[in-house]
Amino acid sequence: MFQFENIQEFIQMGGHGPYVWSAYLISLSVMIWLVVSPLRRKRKLLRDINRQQQREIAQQGTNSSSNLST
Amino acid sequence: MSQLFSWKWFHRLGSPRWFYQTSGKWLPWLSMLATGLLLVGLCWGLAFAPQDAKQGNSFRIIYIHVPASFLALAGYYVMAIAGAIGLIWKMKLADMVMKSAAPIGAVLTFVALVTGAIWGKPTWGTYWVWDARITSMLVLLFLYLGVIALQYSYSSQDAASKASAVLSLVGMVNIPIIYKSVDWWYTLHQPATIKFTEAPSMHPDMFQPLLVMILGFYCFYAVALILNTRVEVLCRERRTRWVQELVASKCT
Amino acid sequence: MELGFSAIFRRDLLLAFRHRAEIANPVIFFLIVVTLVPLGLTPEASRLAEIAPGILWVMALLASLLSVEGMFQSDYRDGTLEQMIILPQPLYLMVLAKILVHWLVTGLPLTLLAPVLGMMLSLPEAGYLPLVFSLLMGTAVLSLVGAIGAALTVALKKGGLLLSLIVMPLYMPALIFGASTVQRAVDGFSVDGPLAVLGALLAFSLLVSPFATAGALRVSMHG
Repeated sequence: MFQFENIQEFIQMGGHGPYVWSAYLISLSVMIWLVVSPLRRKRKLLRDINRQQQREIAQQGTNSSSNLST
Repeated sequence: MSQLFSWKWFHRLGSPRWFYQTSGKWLPWLSMLATGLLLVGLCWGLAFAPQDAKQGNSFRIIYIHVPASFLALAGYYVMAIAGAIGLIWKMKLADMVMKSAAPIGAVLTFVALVTGAIWGKPTWGTYWVWDARITSMLVLLFLYLGVIALQYSYSSQDAASKASAVLSLVGMVNIPIIYKSVDWWYTLHQPATIKFTEAPSMHPDMFQPLLVMILGFYCFYAVALILNTRVEVLCRERRTRWVQELVASKCT
Repeated sequence: MELGFSAIFRRDLLLAFRHRAEIANPVIFFLIVVTLVPLGLTPEASRLAEIAPGILWVMALLASLLSVEGMFQSDYRDGTLEQMIILPQPLYLMVLAKILVHWLVTGLPLTLLAPVLGMMLSLPEAGYLPLVFSLLMGTAVLSLVGAIGAALTVALKKGGLLLSLIVMPLYMPALIFGASTVQRAVDGFSVDGPLAVLGALLAFSLLVSPFATAGALRVSMHG
């Protein structure tokens, strides 16, 4: 059963609103960061590896072409 | 000797790849489970659980404070046991798990401390009291920070893993001693003005959402640990063929 | 087997006495910081007496922490540590010898100096004997626990701050029981309980710490 008369009261929480909501907000944002930061690191890492692969392919290409010309 | 070597080879190359592929299959389901449990627990705890007779609505902070404290302590054991496995069986994957577990545990300890402090204000009238459990949590945070700092101060990854494994094992042995002595210290100095007596048995209406939240936090911890370990696997195995192929197939 | 222990013990003791200034450092530190307390707080004897047990213990802990960093450092620099690890002697005993010497040249002088500083902080009479006994055992625990941290950070360039971060949480039980031994004695209670716990802590760390330290030294040297 919903414990509050209306949304206004739900937000105020009988005067304890600021405490409850700040605690929940801080925890929530920190926990979201815990999940988002590895995802971002992973994307960056994949991009790095991919870039390196491209560079190696390009290098091989120039090497083989120079081989051909000689 | 040759057998030992082949085992080492197996651990070095086989396990992280196997982990990466298996965890990739499990991860979506686990994340959904964690999100679902946390959402249900959050709504239930915030809006539908009855308020506490003495503390009013500030009591609702319990639904993140207690699960975070649980996981903060459990996370230290996860880290130390992973470190021990890495140290004894030279298992690379265990080293990666240990490295990933340290910041997650530290963040959850921080959450437990901050929510405890915020909860303390309306309940005790002050943000910080030297209560036995708060002090123990603070010590736990220091233990985590020590492991993290040690992890990052070695230039060789192998030495860093071993050193922080040794430290987290020493910490694990010490945690019960520290907790017991802080408890004893607190009973010795217990100030008469502050009495925070937790009801010995919570009302089921209050307890059920707490249970959901604890389960949700366990799932969340698993998700965060797996995500961090996967990045660590990719980072350390980036020279191997399977990672190269994985990247090539993904980014084309 | 005893060869390694006694050889290291004698060598380290000799080295320590050749570098007397280094022995004096923690003791002087202890003296100075205790002098700072009345200057920062109050010269009033009754108020000093109230906080003396805790202050003396905290300062002894800091002095011990200060000296622990150097436990393996010179041996690491001149390559002795490398030799020690290769030797066909149990590293456990050699490490134990080094810790014992460290305690003899830092913990013991601190313990002996403590009653004098207690007098300066007007520690009540009942506190002196428990102070000496608790520090006698407590500083040994601090040396043993500190050795683990010193071994883990010996190969690092800026190990000092990291060492205190690592070691401080592990010091807490010794501080709690040590300081409360003195406090209880001053308040007129029996000190058997906390002293017994300190003894138990000493026995336990004597058992575990040299192992962990030896392992940590191997990690520091060879990765």
